[in-house]
Amino acid sequence: MKLIQGGYIMDSISIIGMASIVTAGITMAVGSIAPAFGEGKAVAQALQSIAQQPDEANTISRTLFVGLAMVESTAIYCFVISMILLFANPFWNFVIG
Amino acid sequence: MSIDPSEIVYFQWRFVSISATLVFTWITMFILSLGSYLITRKLKTGPKISKGQNILEAAIVIIRKQIHEVSRQDPGRFLPFIATLFIFILAANILSVVPGFIAPTGSLNTTIALSLCVFFAVPVYGIQSQGFLGYLKQYIKPTVVMLPFNIISELSRTLSLAIRLYGNVMSASIIAAILIGIIPIFFPIVLQLLGLLTGVIQAYIFAILAIVYIGSATNKKK
Repeated sequence: MKLIQGGYIMDSISIIGMASIVTAGITMAVGSIAPAFGEGKAVAQALQSIAQQPDEANTISRTLFVGLAMVESTAIYCFVISMILLFANPFWNFVIG
Repeated sequence: MSIDPSEIVYFQWRFVSISATLVFTWITMFILSLGSYLITRKLKTGPKISKGQNILEAAIVIIRKQIHEVSRQDPGRFLPFIATLFIFILAANILSVVPGFIAPTGSLNTTIALSLCVFFAVPVYGIQSQGFLGYLKQYIKPTVVMLPFNIISELSRTLSLAIRLYGNVMSASIIAAILIGIIPIFFPIVLQLLGLLTGVIQAYIFAILAIVYIGSATNKKK
């Protein structure tokens, strides 16, 4: 760590920390926008179908749940990645340890 | 803050380590086995049956109906496997509202083990109903060109099954832990309630996806 004019030069620890936090934030942001749009479309369509055919509500809602789980898994991947970056960062082991 | 209860190790002797995941899996298994034993100890037929037997019979009837609707086959063959998965995940997720209980499904080890069970159950059921060649034939179903993609989808859906359940259960516990640091009063309870809902839905979805995968491998009429 070299001192220049009262501040520290960025060493690898701060670069890794900063990159991880910024990336985690961007991952969560982008990773929640797209699945939210997809799920909104799916739910809107399913509600329309239930309004048209209330007798089939059981089948429609079951298929909707399964489909939503599929769509949502992309958001969950992003969440898992950002949690790994924040709390179990594998790159820390290269600089501290 | 830990994102996996397997990091909490209670006991270690050479390569044997007893982690929190293992202990809470055993606790869940014990509760389920004890409940089932107490209820099925004195089964009765006739108009008057005990409350527990009534609950279990209703649960089994509902699970059979769901399996039949999704796979369009006789549910008897799939019932033990699917119902075990569903009831175990459901119990583990619901018990996570008990203070001090760490849901074993919030660990990637548990969920990968569960999805590996599904991964191996698909060929077992498929070969049982279609024969070895008949089962292998469905990998080249539209054309031979699709063979690598079918294999990749087989692997990736196993991974996604595991990570979906893990991410959902883990997110509930992480959000509760973060909120207790920021707003300790009232708000974490609402989020716990949401976590309970997600847990039940995820148990349902895990079971439904398992039966969808198995059902697609065992369907004879094509």
